[in-house]
Amino acid sequence: MSVLNSLAQASSRLLAAMRQPGRGTSWLVGILLVVTLAMSAANLLLPADSPFYVSTYTITLMGKYLCFAMLAMAVDIVWGYCGILSLGHGAFFALGGYGMGMYLMRQIGDRGVYGNPDLPDFMVFLNWQELPWYWFGMDQFWFAIFMALLVPGTLAFVFGWLAFRSRVTGVYLSIMTQALTYALMLAFFRNEMGFGGNNGLTDFKDILGFDLQADATRVALLLVTTFLVVLTFLASRTIVQSRLGRVIVAVRDAEARTRFLGYRTEHYKVWLFVYSALIAAVAGMLYVPQVGIINPGEFSPLNSIEVVVWVAVGGRGTLYGAIVGALLVNYAKTRFTALMPDAWLFALGALFVIVTVYLPRGLAGLFGRATELMYRRPDTGKDKTTRDDGLSVAEVGA
Amino acid sequence: MSPINHFAGQARELMRRDTTWPFLVTRRRPVDVSKDIILYLEELNVSFDGFKALNNLNLYVNDGELRCLIGANGAGKTTLMDVITGKTACDSGSAWFGQNIDLLAHDEAEIAGLGIGRKFQKPTVFEAHTVFDNLELSLRGYRGVWRALTAKLSGPERDRIEEVLSVIGLEDARYQSAGALSHGQKQWLEIGMLLAAEPRLLLVDEPVAGMTAEETERTAELLISLAGKHTVIVVEHDMEFVRSIARTVTVLHQGAVLAEGTMDQVQNNRDVIEVYLGEDA
Repeated sequence: MSVLNSLAQASSRLLAAMRQPGRGTSWLVGILLVVTLAMSAANLLLPADSPFYVSTYTITLMGKYLCFAMLAMAVDIVWGYCGILSLGHGAFFALGGYGMGMYLMRQIGDRGVYGNPDLPDFMVFLNWQELPWYWFGMDQFWFAIFMALLVPGTLAFVFGWLAFRSRVTGVYLSIMTQALTYALMLAFFRNEMGFGGNNGLTDFKDILGFDLQADATRVALLLVTTFLVVLTFLASRTIVQSRLGRVIVAVRDAEARTRFLGYRTEHYKVWLFVYSALIAAVAGMLYVPQVGIINPGEFSPLNSIEVVVWVAVGGRGTLYGAIVGALLVNYAKTRFTALMPDAWLFALGALFVIVTVYLPRGLAGLFGRATELMYRRPDTGKDKTTRDDGLSVAEVGA
Repeated sequence: MSPINHFAGQARELMRRDTTWPFLVTRRRPVDVSKDIILYLEELNVSFDGFKALNNLNLYVNDGELRCLIGANGAGKTTLMDVITGKTACDSGSAWFGQNIDLLAHDEAEIAGLGIGRKFQKPTVFEAHTVFDNLELSLRGYRGVWRALTAKLSGPERDRIEEVLSVIGLEDARYQSAGALSHGQKQWLEIGMLLAAEPRLLLVDEPVAGMTAEETERTAELLISLAGKHTVIVVEHDMEFVRSIARTVTVLHQGAVLAEGTMDQVQNNRDVIEVYLGEDA
């Protein structure tokens, strides 16, 4: 009994701690770091027949989930905090992925099927004689990374500048983002584009000289991904908790009011959109070496919509909600598609409907209400700092 | 006019020594009210799909004045505010803020930065933020993205927020979310947000709509106390309220000024009686 009691106390204290500004963050960061480090150690140090051994497949799966978590966070920053429902963030993710894919392609060198030291296999196959100009320099890691950030960033800037300056909002903007990613998908499907057509880029050998099939490389990629998730999470938290973040939420709730207070809301939206696109691009860059392929399917509108579902499930307007949502839904997807592959899309659709109707603030909202119930105190003096709507959790838990 | 003449005219304009080239003038500058008039609106015309919302409207507002605008629905009150704050472009006419600022050459954000604050008809505050944060976001200062990222509240700014909180009587609600305020409190908070921005000219659209009698009275006191240091233009339907605060009243009708004067003068004006009371009688 006393054990149960103390356990309940401890858990309520934990939940209460997570509600303090910044604390929830440290918990999430801590859990992420501990879990990935433990997984890495279990993979590298334990023998394969140990019950605690973590397979390399699981390591890669976890890395993939974390890339998705980062993408979800990128969508959440623009949707949850600024009200820009982007249904095209998969485009920035895929562009980042193609940047990394081009680098990995060039690293293959003469180990391809055709053994051409300069041209990737698909170019040899298409009878191309020399490397297209936009492939130059992509064999340099730093240059490939630079381009993988520059291109999505520029695209987001130009798109955002045109859309937000013309004050396109709401569903029209969502449709435009959808069209953007769809157009890119059609373009990348074409062989003349020089990105491998519908096969995309694949058959990678190594990254920075390390064998991509080796366990140690896989573990290192997972750790780098975790590190970057944590880094972008902390950076985003700094942004949403600064005055900039408050202006962004103000734009979401009352854009006209914000504008008549003298804020150029379109500038705020454009820069936030670019920031978000860059995070999506980083996620794409980390995704490609881990799954070993990038093809135009990543641009498909459906992918971008799925990201929105992750964020909705986790709870938009909270950064940790987006991460948790992405991890949970993708885990469910892995499980479900193994059991009943045909049912997954229905399950996803049902999930979205249920969350929208019954949990408008997602799991984070549920969580926030639970902690509020467990931690309600008789003296109301301090409770004034919290709000009764789910948005409070947005800021407190950010 | 031949092209050469046209060119010569432009060249002459460029060579004038009594004015500065427009592109050299800083966008943000203090308003010049040396002639005691803060707002000049002349020959304003705005039409929406053939409907003349403003019809050759002329209006001058003195510096430090408390002016009430009244008029039936569709008389052009809100359109007038939209033109002043840069939301609506006008077809013809001119709008000057003091001697030196052409309002038609600026957009909403710049006009707000020049010192014109606007309260909406429906109280609009940032509901997800606390009262305190609402005022913080409204404080006078730079509005750039990068500055906002590093902005920290300074001591004087904090004092300013406290001052505004006491003026609008929301000291006890400072950490409440604005969405949880009552309708009247939201109206005050929005006025407080304008005050925090320290504007020269306040445009207040229906400040007492939906307020209790007591709240209305306090709002009247607040607006009267603001006049002098600020110029206040109030649009209101509540005649009792207008009578309680107004010194000068302007009556709008079909997009033009019908009459102007004290409340008594306006009420005894024959045109006004014809247009307004004539319908009632």
